[in-house]
Amino acid sequence: MLANRKLILAHFWLAFAVFGVALTLGAWQMFIRSPIGTWLSNPELYYRSLTAHGTVMGYVFPTLVAMGFGYAISESALEQRLVGVRWAWAGFWLIVAGSVMAVIPVALGRASVLYTFYPPLIGSPFYYIGVVLVVVGSWIWVALMSINLRVWRKAHPGAPVPLAMFANVAGSYLWAWTAVGAALELLLQIIPVAVGLKATIDAGLARVFFSWTLHAIVYFWLMPTYIAYYTIVPRAIGGRVYSDTMARISFILFLVVAMPIGMHHTFADPQVGAGFKFIHSAFTALVALPTLLTVFTICASVEIAARLRGGRGMFGWIGALPWDNPMMLALAFSFVMLGFGGAGGLINMSYQLDTSIHNTQWITGHFHLIFGGAIVIMYFAIAYDLWPHLTGRELIDVRMIRIQLWLWFAGMIVTTFPWHWVGILGMPRRMAYFDFADSAIAPQALSVTFSAIGGFILLISGLLFLLILARGMRSPATEAGPYRFSLAVHQPVTVPLALNTHALWVTLMIALTVTNYGYPILTLALSQGTSVPAVYVGAQ
Amino acid sequence: MSARDLFTFRNRHFSLGVGLTAAILVVTAIAGFIVLPFAQPWVQFANVWDAICSAAGVPQRAPSVDLTPDKRLSAVVLTSRTLPRPNQEAIGRGATLAQRCAICHGPTGISRADSPNLAGQYSAVIYKELHDFRSGARTNAVMTPFAVNLTDQEIADLSNYYAYLPRLPAYHPTPQLPKPNIVIYGAPMRGIAPCGSCHGSLDNKTGSPWLEGQSETYLKAQLQAFATSERRNDISQQMRNIARAMTPQEIDEAAAYYASQPPDVVKAVD
Ligand code: HEC
Ligand code: HEC
Ligand code: HEM
Ligand SMILES: [Cu+2]
Repeated sequence: MLANRKLILAHFWLAFAVFGVALTLGAWQMFIRSPIGTWLSNPELYYRSLTAHGTVMGYVFPTLVAMGFGYAISESALEQRLVGVRWAWAGFWLIVAGSVMAVIPVALGRASVLYTFYPPLIGSPFYYIGVVLVVVGSWIWVALMSINLRVWRKAHPGAPVPLAMFANVAGSYLWAWTAVGAALELLLQIIPVAVGLKATIDAGLARVFFSWTLHAIVYFWLMPTYIAYYTIVPRAIGGRVYSDTMARISFILFLVVAMPIGMHHTFADPQVGAGFKFIHSAFTALVALPTLLTVFTICASVEIAARLRGGRGMFGWIGALPWDNPMMLALAFSFVMLGFGGAGGLINMSYQLDTSIHNTQWITGHFHLIFGGAIVIMYFAIAYDLWPHLTGRELIDVRMIRIQLWLWFAGMIVTTFPWHWVGILGMPRRMAYFDFADSAIAPQALSVTFSAIGGFILLISGLLFLLILARGMRSPATEAGPYRFSLAVHQPVTVPLALNTHALWVTLMIALTVTNYGYPILTLALSQGTSVPAVYVGAQ
Repeated sequence: MSARDLFTFRNRHFSLGVGLTAAILVVTAIAGFIVLPFAQPWVQFANVWDAICSAAGVPQRAPSVDLTPDKRLSAVVLTSRTLPRPNQEAIGRGATLAQRCAICHGPTGISRADSPNLAGQYSAVIYKELHDFRSGARTNAVMTPFAVNLTDQEIADLSNYYAYLPRLPAYHPTPQLPKPNIVIYGAPMRGIAPCGSCHGSLDNKTGSPWLEGQSETYLKAQLQAFATSERRNDISQQMRNIARAMTPQEIDEAAAYYASQPPDVVKAVD
């Protein structure tokens, strides 16, 4: 029932193409600052690359995956042709235009500000406007998801919204709201300075706005992965979702608690009061809840599959799982990485422990493990699962897919474990060069080398992924049938109003943003004399 | 299905959702704004309100702290728009004024003594240094008297004039030395970026002079002055932090290296 295959394929292909480029830059970065690379003598080149890598991996790539997947969900879960296809294409082209507009100044060295913007550093206005266009393009998608659900509801009054779509729309609302922080920072603060209307900027306020975006954006990245856990994996391995209700509760919890916690990224910032830092820290602890619920529910769902296949015993069922099924592998790898990454996250979220790893390589190790590892490996799995339905052709070489997933998992472990380690030893992040001849840092040389080797493994795996998809465009045609999502053990017949709609949770999300961000933003915006002169990239 | 059925305390999920959220918020707020501030034995609060304000981050100025520095600091604000684009007239006025400077800085802006060369220096640098000499943020028995009576307009004109002059080779050329490590790499573990990332051979950060071809004695003296904080006009201690972390040997190497370089490797002004 996928009518708009071209639209969805366009999103996925663009996503994976830019991913391939950014991945190559990432591997190059790894190499250049490791003992095996020779120093460039020009840190500026490194920061250009880093800006491009971060911007693509953080903004463009996951947004496109979420959008493409969202359109696929809307058409297949609702069994309804996408409403607003023209708008969807408009959103897509906005993202293309925005990405091109942003990447040119970055390549020219006019916007080496890193994807977190770092005011008072100010780059070319085209970079920021490009990023804004990407966000605006994605907002069109948010609107379309909401409209499509509304159209469906009209036709099916009171019926339970299919879980995949319920979660998809929750993710889109979360994104719409969390992107507002960075949008305010860009539109009210940075762009006026970048185009020359103002010469000073309140960097503290900008950081608070950015933190509004920075946490929940990671849950937006995570959404497709969680949707795949619940609605693809059980079906693909022959099981059932253990609890539809539990799934809905997880997604609404993300809506409510992912937002009001972003200030855990400003623990070291003097412009934010300690009381607010504490509240954000406490709410951060709550965000573990939906993840724990998910891990439990998915493990139970997987167990159901194993028992249906004849698995027995307390742990004996694990052997009965379809381990040669790529989806099973991807899930297992994803969970292992989520487990390690989550354990690291516990350290980041605590006010005191964070000080020892703040701005060290630990942080980059951490988000690569969770984001690059646990999340992106499921993006691969989603693509593999959807591909035959999008192309009408089968992905024949399952062995190759398994190798690709194994390489990504192994590469990610080899990359990120030493990366964390050197962070604990105090190695700062976002440095273009390390002098490993210096006795203070010589012991880290070995770990950094391993990390770089892991980076190459990831590069190979990523290229293999692209190759598999490209070859899949040319394999023999098959009839893949309608795209289906997992069924629950108890398929919902009626769902309580609160768990079938988003309004209550969106309201709570906005209310908590007001309570947790309102005062800090207002005082910073209203106090005088907190702005500093902008520093223009490459300017005289 | 309507908003009226959802947003009402008759709806169990509504009461539960709103109630739990509010309860968590209240408990964490009490902990964060009242309990924890008082749990810090090293801070004294007059009353609960005082503690709440402190935890909320209400801007406060501690009355006992005297913020006036013991020495004069640079008050110059430099942005890339500080100086207007130069025109011929301004450069001409600068040329006339610069006649007083020629005895020390040379008629072509290249000094025969150990005074710094000014020809082709970034205009923002000349501008800032002259302001600092005038205000006393940077002092030098020889130079200060020539700056104290300059007007803002004169400083701007002089800056444009010297920036306009061609970058000639230094007066005492020495054989070019190889780049020492401190110049190529800086010293990342001591927080020193490569010199060229501010000083013009890789990138120019507004207000950092290019150094190629300056007298070795002058360069060394400046680095030592930064290291001992005798010179303290650099904004946010950009240069003091670097010089303090340099070893005496690195200071010698850097000074000798820059003195031996021709000025043509410097990034052009755009
Ligand atoms: C009597 C000699 C003398 C005269 C005349 C003189 N200067 Fe200087 N100037 C110096 C010395 C010596 C220094 C270095 C000061 C130090 O070591 O801190 C200096 C430093 C400077 C600097 C700082 C350069 C840098 O790279 O930091 C500028 C700019 C400058 N002079 C401009 C002028 C201008 C413009 C005039 C004319 C109005 C002038 N000077 C007249 C001796 C002189
Ligand atoms: C973070 C940028 C930065 C780096 C890196 C840096 N400097 Fe500087 N340096 C400055 C600035 C800014 C000034 C001008 C300070 C002022 O007077 O306002 C300066 C001034 C100087 C001066 C005095 C020049 C004059 O004519 O007044 C010398 C000498 C110097 N730096 C040498 C070095 C050396 C050697 C290195 C590398 C070890 C280095 N700097 C690295 C920013 C930097
Ligand atoms: C081959 C695999 C990869 C390698 C070798 C790699 C390498 C790097 C390196 C070296 C940095 C810079 C760290 C620093 O200096 O602070 C970086 C930053 C980053 N990477 Fe990757 N990366 C890879 C894959 C990914 C993936 C898959 C994602 C996400 C989908 C990702 C997202 C990011 C982000 C968001 C940043 C932050 C940029 C910044 O701090 O400005 N990376 N990466
Ligand atoms: Cu966060």
